[in-house]
Amino acid sequence: MSSAALRTGGAPARGAARRAGPGVGRPGALWVLPGLVFFCLFAVLPLGLVAYLSFTSWDGLGTPRFVGGQNWSRLAGDGLMHQAVGLSAGLTAANWAVQTPISLLLGVWAAGRQRNRAVLAAVFFVPLLLSSAAIAIIWKSLLDPNFGPLAQIGPWLGLSDAGVLGGAGSAFLVIVLVTAWQFIPFHMLLYQSGARQIPESLYQAARIDGAGTLRSFRHITLPQLRHTVTMSSVLMVVGSLTYFETVLILTGGGPGTATTIVPYLMYRSGFVGWEMGYSAAIAATLVIAATAVSLVMVRLTGFGAMRSTREGM
Amino acid sequence: MNAPPAARLAAPTAHPGPGTRAPARPRRSRRPRPNLLAGAGALGWLVVVGVPVYALLIATFQRSEDYTARGPLTPPSDPTLRNYVAAVENGLLTFVLNTLLVTAGVVALVVVLAVTTGYAVVRSRARWASGTFLVFLLGLAIPSQAVIVPVYLVIVELGLYDSLTAIVLPTAAFALPVCVLILTGTLRDISTDLYEAMALDGAGPVRTFVRLVLPLSRSGLATVAVYAALQAWNGFLFPLILTQSRERRLITLGLFEFQGQYRVDIPGLLAAVVLSAVPILVVYLIARRSLVSGLMGVGGR
Repeated sequence: MSSAALRTGGAPARGAARRAGPGVGRPGALWVLPGLVFFCLFAVLPLGLVAYLSFTSWDGLGTPRFVGGQNWSRLAGDGLMHQAVGLSAGLTAANWAVQTPISLLLGVWAAGRQRNRAVLAAVFFVPLLLSSAAIAIIWKSLLDPNFGPLAQIGPWLGLSDAGVLGGAGSAFLVIVLVTAWQFIPFHMLLYQSGARQIPESLYQAARIDGAGTLRSFRHITLPQLRHTVTMSSVLMVVGSLTYFETVLILTGGGPGTATTIVPYLMYRSGFVGWEMGYSAAIAATLVIAATAVSLVMVRLTGFGAMRSTREGM
Repeated sequence: MNAPPAARLAAPTAHPGPGTRAPARPRRSRRPRPNLLAGAGALGWLVVVGVPVYALLIATFQRSEDYTARGPLTPPSDPTLRNYVAAVENGLLTFVLNTLLVTAGVVALVVVLAVTTGYAVVRSRARWASGTFLVFLLGLAIPSQAVIVPVYLVIVELGLYDSLTAIVLPTAAFALPVCVLILTGTLRDISTDLYEAMALDGAGPVRTFVRLVLPLSRSGLATVAVYAALQAWNGFLFPLILTQSRERRLITLGLFEFQGQYRVDIPGLLAAVVLSAVPILVVYLIARRSLVSGLMGVGGR
């Protein structure tokens, strides 16, 4: 295509291009405007409004009324919030500890090009196709104390009639496990593509030196996956801090308030209790925590360096 | 250098544009002998994924009396489709139709906005084109859950509460950063020579966009479309807070509502869950590559 263009209309066109300057054929700033305005209106502006609304009192109708730092001082003394912060921190740690090793191992395994691995990996993706709502409902049905499989095997395990969702500790554990079931396939995909980028020559060299599978894994795979681990971990942490659909459907924050994590408390204050200002203060806390983590992510993974070196050549 | 063949439209990434990806490595086993330990672990995970999916599927073909009596792991003796029929009769089709409308809206909006923005970010000399990239990069970090209160405020102020548009707008906005990042990646892989050739031909930005950028970014566009569609199809939070009436209900929220109604009819509920996932399953079967890269979003790059 390019050579044909040069041959037919080469000389005059070149002159025209020079006359028009180097910007010819390049899009102007107007091209970014629709996307930028749209994104700012529905994502960036709300982010700013979180901060503003956290200083107001608003019941979802009418206009927000400025009340100063009332929500914030209430938040600082709210026992439910203190409990929620603890639960969220625990959930984040538990999610990371459960999901990282499993997805790393599965991802590295699935990176192999063998046929059986490809087939099994395709099955492993199934949870990714289901919505959070669907997954939570499936598990709620399976864990139903009267009709689920646990109704039969529960007594052997010494579970009470209330089922696993009826006890504080076991409900928390269920949240961790269902979240893992839902998100491990995603992180497995990350590790799979990370592991496929490791040069084969490293493994060949190790094999010549007599290193076995385990040593290759420890001294080549793990260090080479450093960036993938960072990225996956950060996505996991930010996700665990803000995601609450599973809690909403599976436990409703209960039993009692035993699984009321921070984002669920935010949802409940806002859309059940209609204290939007207070809800916004909790949301602002979440944004600050999530942003802190994300900034670390940009630092560690060098996302800012994603700009191509080829531009301008 | 020709445009990629239009042969397999279903899986556009099977034919990446010029220079998008290194050729696949030769199919050779990475390790000298089978790794039994890893194989056992993988089989273990197969059980973890497989058993619930199996229980889900067989439950939907049982009468609810049988399900209660025989337990969820026994295959039905006389399979029935009546749970699926019941789910459809309970208004599932309305929910599916609403979800399709929302998904189409989100995909259209996201694809158009992401590709124009991506084009400008990659090719524009204007200063705020690169500033825009930074905005989307930081925008990746905005968790949608954390801004539901102000999004609700914005939608109410726009007078859109309880409409399908109310769901489309924020869903599209939160899908946009990932899509812009994916497309800037794709567009940077288009050779500078091709842009220069277009410029030498006297093509303006619009013609370059239509004749060069769109055809050569097809794999990226497919990924972006699939990603946006998944966000819309599986989205739960925005429908939950931004709509109210039954006529505007989307599939995920419909399932949530069914769950309240069907407390004892678990097979009926699970049949609805299965039906809700059928469209995605179909996409998975016909366009697995796009779906997988779409699922990973920016994580795949």
